Amino acid sequence: MDLLPYSVLILFPCIIECMIVTSALIIWKALMCFTGSESPVVVVLSGSMEPGFKRGDILFLHMSNDPIRTGEIVVFNVDGREIPIVHRVIKVHERQETGDVEVLTKGDNNYGDDRLLYAQGQLWLQRHHIMGRAVGFLPYVGWVTIIMTEKPIIKVCLLM
Amino acid sequence: MHSFGFRANAVLTFGITILALICAMASISDNFNSPRPSSEIQILNINWFQKQPHGNDEIEDFQVWDVVPICLFSPIDATAAMVSLTMNITADLQSLFTWNTKQVFVFVAAEYETPKNALNQVSLWDAIIPAKEHAKFWVQTANKYRFVDQGSNLRGKDFNLTLHWHVMPKTGKMFANKLVIPGYRLPEEYR
Repeated sequence: MDLLPYSVLILFPCIIECMIVTSALIIWKALMCFTGSESPVVVVLSGSMEPGFKRGDILFLHMSNDPIRTGEIVVFNVDGREIPIVHRVIKVHERQETGDVEVLTKGDNNYGDDRLLYAQGQLWLQRHHIMGRAVGFLPYVGWVTIIMTEKPIIKVCLLM
Repeated sequence: MHSFGFRANAVLTFGITILALICAMASISDNFNSPRPSSEIQILNINWFQKQPHGNDEIEDFQVWDVVPICLFSPIDATAAMVSLTMNITADLQSLFTWNTKQVFVFVAAEYETPKNALNQVSLWDAIIPAKEHAKFWVQTANKYRFVDQGSNLRGKDFNLTLHWHVMPKTGKMFANKLVIPGYRLPEEYR
């Protein structure tokens, strides 16, 4: 090691870091392809689905063209809100010819349904609001992401 | 190669890999469980059956839902009917629990068809079963959620009551299934 020129000693960690970032990206994109969803893994941020999902859990999502039915746990985006919400479907109304659905959701731990969370005047969710269905779950792993988001300094330390 | 950093990295990576393997095995072991749940739902009484003031059909117990946000009665939903009913629900879901089960979310939904909608599913009641001991239960309750239709199509309507269960594991894949109990009918006239 003493005989290696300095430039290699500096380059080596940089290359390793690039490889880590690239492989993370490859895994992410492959998961996106595999699950058919824009964000195949989400972190639970609120306690509205307790005791099933606590803050810091990770949910694996999957989107298929199967119709949406009650009881499914869906992740959806409300117009005007940037953070997607993970709640359970409690009402489904599917139109005869078109197959369009109107869906109402509710968090298990919430008292009322999600109409208060929807956009002003919106009573139902449509299929295009829904990003995926939760099919699997890992506890506690999401705390890594929550800590890295809330204290970005840790992200920097970890990469060092 | 023998610095603290390298060793810590090696231990952590190994630990995380083993943990991931164990989680995967726990989840796969759930597939070997063949559950045999059973249930019976009896409708004791239709408490009321009315058209909402702005037109929606809904069955509801007004003592519970006294204060209703105005936004729910929008003029767009101009015709809708409401129903309130009391049900007796018995179920034995003990065979759904494995060592990897955290809780089972169970709910009862009414399913019916209308001329406008091919399928309507309205959840009436739900509960969380945290442990196997609580999985064999009998409950008598009014519908927890408003049984509202998009329109006034509920008079004399035949509907199915389905008991759905959603097994939420400690880690891994979630399973859901349902038991359909057909043969329920709403009264012909509002009351």
